Amino acid sequence: MKKHWYDYLWIVSLTYLILGFFNILFAWLGLFCFFIPLIISVTKGTKGYCNRYCGRGQLFGLLGGRFGLSRRKDIPKWMKSKWFRYGFLVFFFAMFFVMLWNTYLVFAEAQDLRQAVTLLWTFKLPWQWAYHGTLFHPGVAQFAFGFYSVMLTSTVLGLITMVLFKPRSWCVYCPMGTMTQLICKVRNGKA
Amino acid sequence: MSAIRKKKKAFVAQGDCVACGCCVKVCPLGAIQIVKGIMARVNMDKCVGCGKCAKECPASVIEIREVIA
Ligand code: SF4
Ligand code: SF4
Ligand code: SF4
Repeated sequence: MKKHWYDYLWIVSLTYLILGFFNILFAWLGLFCFFIPLIISVTKGTKGYCNRYCGRGQLFGLLGGRFGLSRRKDIPKWMKSKWFRYGFLVFFFAMFFVMLWNTYLVFAEAQDLRQAVTLLWTFKLPWQWAYHGTLFHPGVAQFAFGFYSVMLTSTVLGLITMVLFKPRSWCVYCPMGTMTQLICKVRNGKA
Repeated sequence: MSAIRKKKKAFVAQGDCVACGCCVKVCPLGAIQIVKGIMARVNMDKCVGCGKCAKECPASVIEIREVIA
């Protein structure tokens, strides 16, 4: 099959994750993986982002497929059930708003900047090496730490299910995937 | 010859499909499409039942079945 330019977007996703180790402010770029899928689903009514451009999905496909880092087993039934997929979506967004709230507190100067990346919403990893001060308000950095935590957490979960099940198992319960499918259902009158 | 001919085809359990499009990418015949971002649909005329899509599908919702041609 012919390769297209967008088949190499996994390089972008990988670069993104690496940049976060050097300067946390790059985490802001991750907003693209939030808005592009939404814009495509709202305006075009397709999952074009998942189907073509998502570098994260490609990365899992590559590591689990070409590099064979996957058991290639069926994902358990409950993981593809609607309640789990929608439940995870809700949980993910709840955590996202907690992150936004923490960012707000730093902006409001009610709380100090915490130079840590939170993995799996629990484990706080010291990450001060990637913060070199900024011209902007510390709140800008707090959002970056928070957003990078979200991205790293989803990558880690994705890698775990990649190894245990099929390469792109993450795509079954990925909140962006679930949300864009939901938007398409509503928009195309199938909900 | 009047023997019944059987062919293999891919069937998607569309209610459980997450419309990720992984199946589309691997089908050598371009026989699958994602319809309106909701689910995958197989073009029965093109599908040869090779099973690549079923192997790839992260949700394992594709089944290869024999049908009478
Ligand atoms: S489901 Fe998530 S990880 Fe998979 S292709 Fe879509 S946005 Fe990317
Ligand atoms: S790979 Fe499976 S879940 Fe994804 S679109 Fe195809 S049939 Fe649906
Ligand atoms: S069985 Fe083979 S030919 Fe048929 S849809 Fe799947 S990948 Fe394509």
